[in-house]
Amino acid sequence: MGVNADPLLGGEGFLTTTIETLANWGRKNSLWPMPFGTACCAIEMMGVFASRYDLSRFGAEVARFSPRQADLMIVSGTITYKMASVCRRIYDQMPEPKWVIAMGSCTCGGGPFDSYAVVQGIDEFLPVDVYVGGCPPRPEALIDAVMKIQKKIEMKGAPVV
Amino acid sequence: MSFDFEQAVSLLKTEFPQDILDTKEYRGETTVFVNSEKIASICGYLKNNLDFTFLADLTAVDYLEIKSPRYEVVYHVHRFGVDCEENIRIRLKAKISDKEPTIDSVVSIWATADWLEREIYDMFGIEFAGHPDLRRILMPEDYGPFPLRKDFDVRNREASKESFEKALEEDTD
Repeated sequence: MGVNADPLLGGEGFLTTTIETLANWGRKNSLWPMPFGTACCAIEMMGVFASRYDLSRFGAEVARFSPRQADLMIVSGTITYKMASVCRRIYDQMPEPKWVIAMGSCTCGGGPFDSYAVVQGIDEFLPVDVYVGGCPPRPEALIDAVMKIQKKIEMKGAPVV
Repeated sequence: MSFDFEQAVSLLKTEFPQDILDTKEYRGETTVFVNSEKIASICGYLKNNLDFTFLADLTAVDYLEIKSPRYEVVYHVHRFGVDCEENIRIRLKAKISDKEPTIDSVVSIWATADWLEREIYDMFGIEFAGHPDLRRILMPEDYGPFPLRKDFDVRNREASKESFEKALEEDTD
């Protein structure tokens, strides 16, 4: 992006940019998260959405409980194999472009549940963009993850169809 | 009228002299070992004649090599009395063998037993004869092994993965 300062071209009246940069700028500042909370991490995630930590400062407070209106999936909580197919299905229903945050030890690698029922990391079936460790992570850690997603969108972006 | 453990157990013994196999007292808890074939009629007697209206818990234990027969099905039944003394809880244990892990259902006596028996079936593979809807409750319906059996490796995720992949395929259809 650049500000046009040439008086012949209208002075400071307009910006020049590409469609892609503009779209990614918009996406970055208005992430709509789909909260996929299955355990205690979800409580911490709610804390992040609420007024004390206030994720709306980063444009990402509009938690959408319909995957069709969301572009950021925050998987927070233990995912069992029985739940995994549901999780994948919800992810598939989200429109492109979309991003995934794995919140907490359970989603990153199974956490303490080395058992027959629990998925040892949701990257077994989902493309994860940012991993947040912790049991549960501090709200600041989730905010950092959202900011990392923003950085990723800014740097790599997503194609504009 | 007072009603206590001894009275409950002696009444049970007079009613079912052949089928009350043993009783144990430990830290104020009474455990009665009963003949597994008569479990339904013993439970029916407890509820209808002795007012044990509440089935607090129904679970099972797998003793694998420690005990024979291998499984014990455990019933915790509670009686609400007007008096504190009459408010008592008794534990029933029924042993069942590995070869044919089947026991009569008590759903017709306590409706609570419905999901509890399904959970035992899900985790131990013990079948409850006469259960109205005996299918898995926690694990996926097409899941093969019984995870709480002691000869099952808790870290074995193969069967879970298979069910998961099957569920994914059904989603894409």
